[in-house]
Amino acid sequence: MRYYAIMVLLLCSTLTHSQNCDYSLSGSVLDLHDGQILVGATLIIAGTDQAVQTDIDGKFSFSNLCNDTYSVQVSHPFCRTEGFTVKIFGKTRRSFKLEHHVEELNQITIEGKAFSNKSKTILENTLNSDVLERYSNGSIGDALNNLSGVSSLNTGNTVMKPLINGLHSSRVVIINNGVRMEDQEWGAEHAPNIDINAIGNLTLIKGASALKYGGDAVGGVIIAEVAKVPVKDSLYGKSLMTMSNNGRGASLTAQLTKSYQNGWYAKIQGTLKRYGDFKAPNYILSNTGFFERNLSLGIGLNRFNYGFEAYYSLFKNDIGILRASHLGGAQDQVLAIESNVPLIINDFTYDIDEPKQNVTHHLAKIKGFKRFDNLGELEIQYDFQRNNRLEFDIRRGDDKNKASLDLQLDTHTLLLDLDVKAINKISLKTGLMASYQKNIANPETGVRRLIPDYDMYTIGTYGIANFKFNERWLLEVGGRFDYTYMNVFKFYRSSFWESRNYDVIFSDIVVEELNNQVLTNPQLNFYNGSGTLGSTYSFGKDYQLFVNYSIASRTPNPSDLFSEGLHHSASRIEIGDLRFNSEIGHKLMFSLNKRSEVFSYTINPYINVISDFIVIEPTDVRQTIRGNFQVWEYRQTNAKLIGIDVDASYSISENFIYNGQLSLVKGYDRTRNEPLINMPPVQIKNEIVFQKYSFNNLRMSLESEYNFKQNEYPDNNFEVFIPEIGTTKLVDVSTPPDAYHLLNFNSSIEFKTTKNKTFVVGLEIKNLLNTSYRNYLNRFRYYADDLGRNFLINLKFNY
Amino acid sequence: MKNVKFLTVLLLVGILFTACSNDDDAPIPVDEEEVITTLTVKLIPSGGGSEISMVYRDLDGPDGPNDPVITPSSGLSTGVTYNGTIRVENETESPAENITEEVEEEDLEHQFFYTPGGGLDVTTTYSNFDSDGNPLGTQFTLTAGAAGSGTLTFTLRHEPTKPNSGLSDAGGETDISATFNVTVQ
Repeated sequence: MRYYAIMVLLLCSTLTHSQNCDYSLSGSVLDLHDGQILVGATLIIAGTDQAVQTDIDGKFSFSNLCNDTYSVQVSHPFCRTEGFTVKIFGKTRRSFKLEHHVEELNQITIEGKAFSNKSKTILENTLNSDVLERYSNGSIGDALNNLSGVSSLNTGNTVMKPLINGLHSSRVVIINNGVRMEDQEWGAEHAPNIDINAIGNLTLIKGASALKYGGDAVGGVIIAEVAKVPVKDSLYGKSLMTMSNNGRGASLTAQLTKSYQNGWYAKIQGTLKRYGDFKAPNYILSNTGFFERNLSLGIGLNRFNYGFEAYYSLFKNDIGILRASHLGGAQDQVLAIESNVPLIINDFTYDIDEPKQNVTHHLAKIKGFKRFDNLGELEIQYDFQRNNRLEFDIRRGDDKNKASLDLQLDTHTLLLDLDVKAINKISLKTGLMASYQKNIANPETGVRRLIPDYDMYTIGTYGIANFKFNERWLLEVGGRFDYTYMNVFKFYRSSFWESRNYDVIFSDIVVEELNNQVLTNPQLNFYNGSGTLGSTYSFGKDYQLFVNYSIASRTPNPSDLFSEGLHHSASRIEIGDLRFNSEIGHKLMFSLNKRSEVFSYTINPYINVISDFIVIEPTDVRQTIRGNFQVWEYRQTNAKLIGIDVDASYSISENFIYNGQLSLVKGYDRTRNEPLINMPPVQIKNEIVFQKYSFNNLRMSLESEYNFKQNEYPDNNFEVFIPEIGTTKLVDVSTPPDAYHLLNFNSSIEFKTTKNKTFVVGLEIKNLLNTSYRNYLNRFRYYADDLGRNFLINLKFNY
Repeated sequence: MKNVKFLTVLLLVGILFTACSNDDDAPIPVDEEEVITTLTVKLIPSGGGSEISMVYRDLDGPDGPNDPVITPSSGLSTGVTYNGTIRVENETESPAENITEEVEEEDLEHQFFYTPGGGLDVTTTYSNFDSDGNPLGTQFTLTAGAAGSGTLTFTLRHEPTKPNSGLSDAGGETDISATFNVTVQ
């Protein structure tokens, strides 16, 4: 391409003649991708000695030109230099577009350019690769915990589920490299199947306004993107290794990218993590190790006007589940709760025994885009995902090594997106989505299916328009419609079928009546509308105000609809309801954002009113041959969540920075006038960072994290008969644990080995004071303390 | 040319998408293999006499909404020693699966416990043991003491700590917990 430009310049330079030459050329230089102005671009007219730079508005002008054809070379520090041919006729106006590509090498990052905004009227929180690398040995849940308003619903220390403004699971949509994750996210103990090391950028949107990705994000959207590849001849990579004493394990990840000037690129990345049993301050948490293996491959072509990308990733994880959490009923639960230490503590081991999870997630996608001059950019994507989840319980006899749950979820999605070229300050994005999903529950487990076999078809369409009234004021309006059809084959236990009166209400869906089961064929239709309306206004020198209202509609997930049985890891019976309709959330949020060198802050209050909110709560205690079990039933109610997230950052001196964070959310069931369960307690974080660029980019930080005791919670306690004492006892499953305070230390120092190679060494200490604590949002808080002190050594090599 | 390429890709992707087959075969039912529905305790007076039996039957399993059906014992006689046997079955299968055999095969991982409650005065001792010599308890002896009535609970623990001094430090998971009202006359 460069040769071509020079050839054009050479050829054209010979064509200049002397004639009447008092004409001019003026215009602006723009970013090809989003039409933004490029300041400081250099324009040179071949054959003359004229060279100018674009001004603060991206404008330039040449004078003393003849009516002739000229060659103009346009260059910009962050763009590839391009040659253009211009025919001058009088006062000529012309705009040039450059591809504003990314220089990722040598850690030069261009904020806000590498990854485009997903929603224009919600303040996005972004974690870049520097932050993500600090969590290389953890999960995306760990990294997201860094942001205000985000916490996680944990199952022990190995399964972390992001919780955005109090909501989780299928209310949080996760987009992995442009693909909507379908990894059985309905389960509260199913962690997202994403390798944090495959991601270059993680964006959080605390609302449903990113309509491109779906209209059902009642809680929010998490967008994980892979790092962009620069359009230049290069070969680069990085390796990271983290060793930690808690869990006595290590995480190793490496990636390599080869790119070419002509736009072709290929990349490969892999991660290996192996940990044994973790430790609480006073004891070993038996069977909490994990073994994760990930791989991703990508190949693509990036040209000015067209390109394509093919991507494949594999995520595989074996996760141990705390042995002491596996209970046989309410009597066992009483013992487990009354004991201060887990009832089973074994010696340290790397072995992962039952209970355990084994998940495999394949993701393959192919994407192409083409830019049409008059229309805009058209993008088409097909993706396929296969999620296989095996859960192993402690079993007896021949079934000993057999999974109790074996689900395979296949999803095919076709996306067509059109990014219409901006006309008169209005830009428009629109698209179509069609997907087909098939869930297969393996009957060979010998355990009745938790989630039935089903086929699900979804089609959706959306449109989002932006009106940019002026540089300071932008309005965004969007709408989306989705239609979902589910064709389900579900076996109901005959006694359940009759006790719920389904035999009368749903007699038409019965396919076959068996010995003690009924085969049914529910066919469900859901019509979901969603929308967003928002505005952004910039004022003063560095203030921005965001206002956004969004409506989200969520189709009930399979567990909401079809659960009907014992949930081992929760030691309770869970019952769904076939009659549920879509849950509709209305979220209104404001953000005031100040960005300046010395003091920056964000204040973000919000209210989320959700009708037909699906909650699960205890309704009964059932007497069974295994003793008493608590029965939890899903029901629909009206809910209200109110909260505020505050972030602040202050530069105390040249080398010292203070960061502060407050997250507060309150959730209520408006029908019953009681608090919602599992709402994150108030959290305050304070951090002092010392950073000295001149001294090998030394960075040291000390973070204090204070979690209050949740004082608002529903009373779900129940009574259970204890044979030893011949009477009943109250089981306290409601009272949240006490407040706790944690200190975390983090440091890193950088060494340049050669021009393009850096070596970074880091030391991190989590839970510095080895505090014993229990977290209200950890489902195993009844059985064991959370993690004790952990020393981590990080090594990173860029090449 | 570029447009042609692009359209070709579009077409190929379209074919991929529509090529997914759609088979509507009805799934096969799953019969729960490990479910315990029935506990039967038989007590035979050691000096001869009529057999006493107690049955705890939960035919739709622990997940099913129906309550267990409990057939209580006829009264025990003061001072009499009984030889007890416990039978555990899965009656959702036909014929019923005898789970006692499995429990006895995996004797190291199982143990029965007998817990009198209320005003019931009975004492129990184990009659069978695992390969390490620790109690298993599918067979036991029961001696009825003073007259009175109360509850008698049979508990089967899976993977308990062995040896142990009773339910409180046995740990493991409860596979069965069946309580009967019992009278000693």
